[in-house]
Amino acid sequence: MTIPYLIGAIAIAISLFFNRNKKMNYTLVAIFLILQWAFTIYEYNHQNIVEFDYFLPDALGILLLLTISIITVPAFYHSYVFFTKNEDNPRNRAMYYASMVVLIFALSLAYLSNHIAVTWIFVEMTTLSASALIYHRRNVRTLEGTWKYIFVCSISITFVFIGILFLSIAVQEVGDNNLTFVSLLKRASQLDVFWLRLAFIFIFTGYTAKIGLVPMYTAGIDAKDKAPSPAGALLSSVLMNVGFVGIFRFYEIITHTSLHSWANNIIMISAVLSIFIATVYMIKVKNIKRMLAYSSIEHMGIVMLGIAAGGIGYYAAILHIIFHSFVKSSLFFQMGQIYRIYQSKSIYDVGNYFKYNLTGAMVVLFGFISATAMPPSGLFVSEFLIFRSLFEAHYLFVLIFVLLLLTIIIWAFGKNIFKLLFTPAVDFKDENIEHIKPYESISQFILLGLVVYLGINPPHQMVELINEAVKNLPL
Amino acid sequence: MTNVLLIIFAMSLIYLSIANRLMSYVKILAFQGILLFGVSFIELGEMNPLNLAFILFETIVFKTIAVPLFLKYVIQRNEITREAEPFVPHFISLIVVTTIVVVTFLLSNTIEDVQLNKVYFVAALSALFTGLYIIGTRKKILTHVMGFLVIENGVFILSLAVGNEMPMLLNTGILLDLFITVLLLGIFVNKIGDVLKDVDVDQLRKLKD
Repeated sequence: MTIPYLIGAIAIAISLFFNRNKKMNYTLVAIFLILQWAFTIYEYNHQNIVEFDYFLPDALGILLLLTISIITVPAFYHSYVFFTKNEDNPRNRAMYYASMVVLIFALSLAYLSNHIAVTWIFVEMTTLSASALIYHRRNVRTLEGTWKYIFVCSISITFVFIGILFLSIAVQEVGDNNLTFVSLLKRASQLDVFWLRLAFIFIFTGYTAKIGLVPMYTAGIDAKDKAPSPAGALLSSVLMNVGFVGIFRFYEIITHTSLHSWANNIIMISAVLSIFIATVYMIKVKNIKRMLAYSSIEHMGIVMLGIAAGGIGYYAAILHIIFHSFVKSSLFFQMGQIYRIYQSKSIYDVGNYFKYNLTGAMVVLFGFISATAMPPSGLFVSEFLIFRSLFEAHYLFVLIFVLLLLTIIIWAFGKNIFKLLFTPAVDFKDENIEHIKPYESISQFILLGLVVYLGINPPHQMVELINEAVKNLPL
Repeated sequence: MTNVLLIIFAMSLIYLSIANRLMSYVKILAFQGILLFGVSFIELGEMNPLNLAFILFETIVFKTIAVPLFLKYVIQRNEITREAEPFVPHFISLIVVTTIVVVTFLLSNTIEDVQLNKVYFVAALSALFTGLYIIGTRKKILTHVMGFLVIENGVFILSLAVGNEMPMLLNTGILLDLFITVLLLGIFVNKIGDVLKDVDVDQLRKLKD
């Protein structure tokens, strides 16, 4: 059903772009939501059947597809709230929804694609649509963010392409020209190590722009800060997952060659540096939205630690990336409400949030507990498993160093969050502030509750899917 | 013959490192377009005609004529000063770019591969790293775009090396090239040029921590 879905989604995006009527826009968005869920359910029931040569709904793809479909619903709801509260320019609104639809279908298909070049094409589409979302407010700052994002992503997407070219040289040498992941996995042990090594370096570096790791993480921070909150929620959750998919699928191939431990070292270095940089900026940062973005960098570092450590770490990494998507998107949705009250994202201008928006403050507190991986959050389970895998793989010094950094991150994160929640804001006039309806926070509670529930009591379908997703990796 | 063209291509990179004016950059890019046309014309003789026509169109019309004219138009329209304004002296740039070429050459000698022509490999990787170096050391945003175009030329050469067996990859690469260049330059002309007058990277430093 991938091609009908693709055609349907493109048709909806085009009609959204040309149709600026408000009612028509929201009808089209509703149709897209139905299409997205119909597609998700169809693919869930037709796993591991190759569609149109290039798409294969395998376990990892299905898990991330379910994640994006769950987050899409509140994302559109909060976009609706965003447009009712801000001045509603029909042209910009149409553009916003069209790009969001493009972003979501490109991500969904990138998860499911079975061909390395097809993944690459859809990742390129996410860059384009995400930059339209970042530029939504159309001022100098957003222009700067958009330019940096497009430039860095263009370079990294070129890097990925160079990696694919090197890989294709290796594949040609064994007399083949099939670049699907299934076929690459079968041939992995025959491929020439020199070309594979170059390919891995380039593909890994390229996808770090999307997943948000050292060295290409920079543009993503500005993007998440400058995009409207509902779009930022997508950028810091499901868009990062697409980078993970790109790296993970190629890593699977590498594990069947003699390069396995070398690739682990590369990933380990990048992950530890990412956590380190996230720590440094978390201490320094004064903008809450950017702080959340750096927290995403930290979590992606932890995910990659799990991948590099192996063993139970593979399972935990996939669990972690799903939970992180839910937690971080709900915090970003909440950020929209904070901005509506204080008209600022700076930590100096906010405070006493419990007084102005009780339910919203509960979300922030609960989200903070979840994002720093304290119990009962599901992230606690996955992080614990990742640390266990590091211990079992004898990465003791890395483990101690990372735990130290995480302690600092919890302190820095907590300092800013408690300032936001309890300390009264200086010079803040609270006469004309907007009263936020409690029901606007329901979706955040559901997402955060889902993380707790799935962490404590994971349904056996999910466990099976994750186990299936990591079945090609050596133990 | 292709070897000669590719060696001239690598030499044009060294010239790029010491060029002082923006118009010299534009001319070098146009010249590289002609070289790429020559290489693909000789190399891809056996390809099906439609595909070949598409590739030749990309090199001659797009890389040699359209993009340089467009860059010239941008420079004049935004009244960008004609110096490239590097952060480092030309002498150091010259040494760095020469080192890049030498290192990629040495790297290519470690390849034990009979199928691949190593000159392609050297030219492509040199262009890639020179492009990155130019992006890192020049002040104007427009020179960053030009550095990116140099990287794209390198990718084009690399995809020519695998193009005969996998035309699909070659075409994808070309479409990427067209698409990103139009996107970057389009934004530049429409938005950045209008909002920020004398455009250098110092004006893009507001977003930070």
